[in-house]
Amino acid sequence: MTPTTRNPLRSLPVSVLAKLVSVEAKLLLREPGALAFGILFPSALLLGLGAVPLLREPSPEFGGLRFVDYWAPSALILGLGIMGLQHIPTTVAAYREKGVLRRMSTTPVGPGAVLVAQLIVAFASGVVTAAVLIASAWAVLDVSPPEQPWWFALSFAVGYGSLLAVGMLIAAVVPSVRLATGAATLAYMVTMVIGGVFLPRFFFPDALARLGDYTPPGVQAMLDSWSGEAVPDPLQLGTMALIGGVAAAVAARFFRWE
Amino acid sequence: MPIIEVTELHKRYGDTVAVEDVSFTVEEGEIFGILGPNGAGKTTTVECIEGLRSPDAGAISVLGLDPRRDRAELRQRLGAQLQESSLPDKLTVAEALDLHASFYRRPADWNALLDSLHLADKRRARYRDLSGGQKQRLSIALALVGGPAVAVLDELTTGLDPQARRDTWDLIAQIRDSGVTIILVTHFMDEAQRLCDRLALVDAGRIAALDTPAGLIARAQQRQYVHFRASAPVEDAALTAQPEVDEVRRSGAQITVIGTGNLLYAVASVLARERIVAEELRVEQATLDDAFLALTGRRLQQ
Repeated sequence: MTPTTRNPLRSLPVSVLAKLVSVEAKLLLREPGALAFGILFPSALLLGLGAVPLLREPSPEFGGLRFVDYWAPSALILGLGIMGLQHIPTTVAAYREKGVLRRMSTTPVGPGAVLVAQLIVAFASGVVTAAVLIASAWAVLDVSPPEQPWWFALSFAVGYGSLLAVGMLIAAVVPSVRLATGAATLAYMVTMVIGGVFLPRFFFPDALARLGDYTPPGVQAMLDSWSGEAVPDPLQLGTMALIGGVAAAVAARFFRWE
Repeated sequence: MPIIEVTELHKRYGDTVAVEDVSFTVEEGEIFGILGPNGAGKTTTVECIEGLRSPDAGAISVLGLDPRRDRAELRQRLGAQLQESSLPDKLTVAEALDLHASFYRRPADWNALLDSLHLADKRRARYRDLSGGQKQRLSIALALVGGPAVAVLDELTTGLDPQARRDTWDLIAQIRDSGVTIILVTHFMDEAQRLCDRLALVDAGRIAALDTPAGLIARAQQRQYVHFRASAPVEDAALTAQPEVDEVRRSGAQITVIGTGNLLYAVASVLARERIVAEELRVEQATLDDAFLALTGRRLQQ
């Protein structure tokens, strides 16, 4: 089957997009797994680790920060990865496999609109994850909210945006839900390792730690702007924006509609 | 004035020729059937009409629009029910219709649509909890929610139980009566015979014949069979003397008279004259199945 849909978005009035977004949001709210692991788990894990007194002591290994301060952005990445690299690729692949996109292609709106709505909902859920994490860490562990809120917002937007683009790229090119799940899990594990979720990056070889600075979702830029220790490196943000842009363009160009 | 015109349509996928020279027209307000075995090119033909695929050659006009060039406008006015398409598992019936209604300039009243499709009590049900028949009816509702002038229904009753199929047929007749022109793709003879005003028999990418169902059956010129048990002995000669009768066969007390035309009347008049009562009388007439066999040289369903 050859895809023949050249302009999948067609005309998309704001009111229609709003309705699609609200429907996709409702569908996400009906997925307990995605909600629990994507939105609540990062906070729960950080608070759980914070219950260990040693991890609440400032340490020179973390640049004078406590472990909970140092690791908070990694906890956020854990949740963003669930949404961007697990939920998005498998949901979109299932939409394709079950003919949801095919049905949309017979309507005036077209299948691309569903993907746009998916991305908006996924981005919004990432914002909620971050808000819950920042608020709970502040309230319980006294981890202060991002010291440079605007830089943090920019780092988050660029980092998570590029992560979503990579997730959509996986969804775009893999032919089946099974392969999407496999590819998504691989990408997720790599991202988690590089993002210092499993092991504090302090233990990493230098090259691996630097790699994590430049690949989505960019743990270092979030850490810098959160702790206020430094202004995020524009080169890191620029690199991620580039990766995200290329991934999005390739995904849009080679998306398998059927 | 035809509402849909397909002229010399060709479509191939790689080395496989799916549609090889198909032409037909559909008149406003009719149910036009496309009947043929799996792989005959039926779905490809309607996907070209829907603008989902580009023909390799040939011209298509639907409501005066080119399905590829005027795709946006066509989608406002053509509703499609596809094979192998579904909805997200956890979407409810009401959410699906409300969402799809928002896509169109002048949507139909989807609450009324739910009532007429007997889905009103399923409004809050999630898609995955619906039965096969309910999913199929929802699929029809989504094809109609835009208030289309033309609806294309592809393999509508595949996988439904007999009662659900008959209910669906009644529904399609109602939709036609409300003024929607319908293209019905099917590989079921009984469905085509029952519903279609005109019918294209498609085989191996070509149209083998195009006529009304009755016209196709007549064209096949199949013989009729009258079976009965006679209450008293009857001579073969008395029956074969009738011009409609070609042959008489006996199997024990069972008599089978084979012939053409108004065969039953001819047999009945002989029996009445001989004062014989026919028991277990049964008439077998040609069906579209016979017509398909006669016109294409093969059976529709193996």
